[in-house]
Amino acid sequence: MSEVITVNLKIWRQEGPDKEGHFEEHAQKITTEASFLEMIDVLNEDLNNKGLEPVAIESDCREGICGTCGVMINGQAHGPRKATTTCQLHMREFSDGDQIVIEPFRAGSFPVIRDLVVDRSPFDQIIESGGYISVNTGAASDANLTPVPKEAADQAFDAAACIGCGACVAACPNSAAQLFTSAKIAHMGSLPQGQPERWKRTESMVGTMEEFFGSCTNHGECHEACPKEISLDFIAFMNRDYMKAKIKNRALSGQR
Amino acid sequence: MNQTTSQRYRVKPIRERRREWPFPLNLYQTAVGRKWVMAATGIGLLGFALIHMIGNLHVYEGPAKMHEYAEALRNLGSGILPRSLVLWLLRLGLMVMFALHLHSAITLKEMSRKSSQSASFTGGEKKYEGGREYIAASYASRTMRWTGPIIALFLVYHLADLTWGWWLGDDFVPGDPYHNLYSSLSRIPVAIFYVVANMALAWHIFHGAWSMFQSLGINNPKYNHLRKGFAASFAGLILLGNLSFPIMTQANLIDEDERLCQVNDLNSNEEVLACLTKQLEDH
Repeated sequence: MSEVITVNLKIWRQEGPDKEGHFEEHAQKITTEASFLEMIDVLNEDLNNKGLEPVAIESDCREGICGTCGVMINGQAHGPRKATTTCQLHMREFSDGDQIVIEPFRAGSFPVIRDLVVDRSPFDQIIESGGYISVNTGAASDANLTPVPKEAADQAFDAAACIGCGACVAACPNSAAQLFTSAKIAHMGSLPQGQPERWKRTESMVGTMEEFFGSCTNHGECHEACPKEISLDFIAFMNRDYMKAKIKNRALSGQR
Repeated sequence: MNQTTSQRYRVKPIRERRREWPFPLNLYQTAVGRKWVMAATGIGLLGFALIHMIGNLHVYEGPAKMHEYAEALRNLGSGILPRSLVLWLLRLGLMVMFALHLHSAITLKEMSRKSSQSASFTGGEKKYEGGREYIAASYASRTMRWTGPIIALFLVYHLADLTWGWWLGDDFVPGDPYHNLYSSLSRIPVAIFYVVANMALAWHIFHGAWSMFQSLGINNPKYNHLRKGFAASFAGLILLGNLSFPIMTQANLIDEDERLCQVNDLNSNEEVLACLTKQLEDH
């Protein structure tokens, strides 16, 4: 059943990375059937009609799989609903007269580009430092040529669910990117296709992560914030693999 | 076309990668490696906390047994090695573990602090106006950096109190732990301080004893549910044992009325033991 509610928005406005930001308040009438991003769209249309600058917000697929959208809603990454991205959050989660504080994801390495849009390119740099995997090119190989144990496939699938939205870093009191990096490491590290470069990749990705982000203290906030419910077990997987990598890479480079 | 990574990305690293040290040492240069050191030294310190607590339970057997236990510690390995050497080696190990644990904690905290700072944040530090609700982080995990210093300060006090005897003055008898423990813990403010510090220790262990499994990558779906229970029971055990000393002293279960025995180098160990046993019987 739909109804129209009025929510009091308190939105972070910032003109650029080096500009000072501030909060702006708007009362917004919206149907409870609207998604959170649609509510912002309506607000932006109103602002536009009034000749004001619309709120900058990032979104792409709007079906919860791309990881582009993502803001702090009342201090919680992706809002109050568990395992839900901002775009999949609906206004029925809120009641008439609620105040909603909307802020960008915050971390030292996530500079605000404008309003609610942050630069998450350090994640790209972590991925890039992971390098390549060795797969034969040419004609597509036969199906099931590379047997993958069921358990390994399951684990890789769970890790691959990570959409790289940055909620883990935003929610972490240490601004650590352990959950993201470990999901990416475990994704390739669990599969046979990822084995040849496994140790090099682990060491390199962790190294890049530590250039940008903080140190994990096992609070577990990231897992709660994660819209894809990536498990903390992957962080343990990464810690284990990193130690192995340090030892193996030394052996591979000929030092004994 | 031929852009380098650093040209393509606008966000610059917060910290530069340093030149790597030789193999085992380079682990300490990285945060993940440093967490391994935190966890490994944590395990050592947990072991010490447990053995220290269990050993001190000898106090309930009376002054003579307590003295015997203290002597046994000093005589560890004395069959082949000089007296007290093994004890001093253990102490050295403890000091190294404490130093590494502290240093890695401080530097990692600093690393996290730097990663959560930006000039564009209100007040420069990461904080959400919408009210940050902690969902998963326990009170223990968030207060590690407060319980840690409390334990460190308590440790200094504890050593000065019962090892060096700074505050007991003439009442401090080197080599008679039962008497010293009684004289110290029978003072109410000291007993309260011991209770508070040991609660901080238990809090610290409650998070640490779980966290170390994650840091060391000890993770198996079969046993994961046991880890938090282990941490809670370990912390509870240490708390129970350590709290019993100030409480039992205040309840007069550990007590002593007069000093009768002189524990010093002039008296032989047998003499002291006989005297302490006699004192217990008289009492």
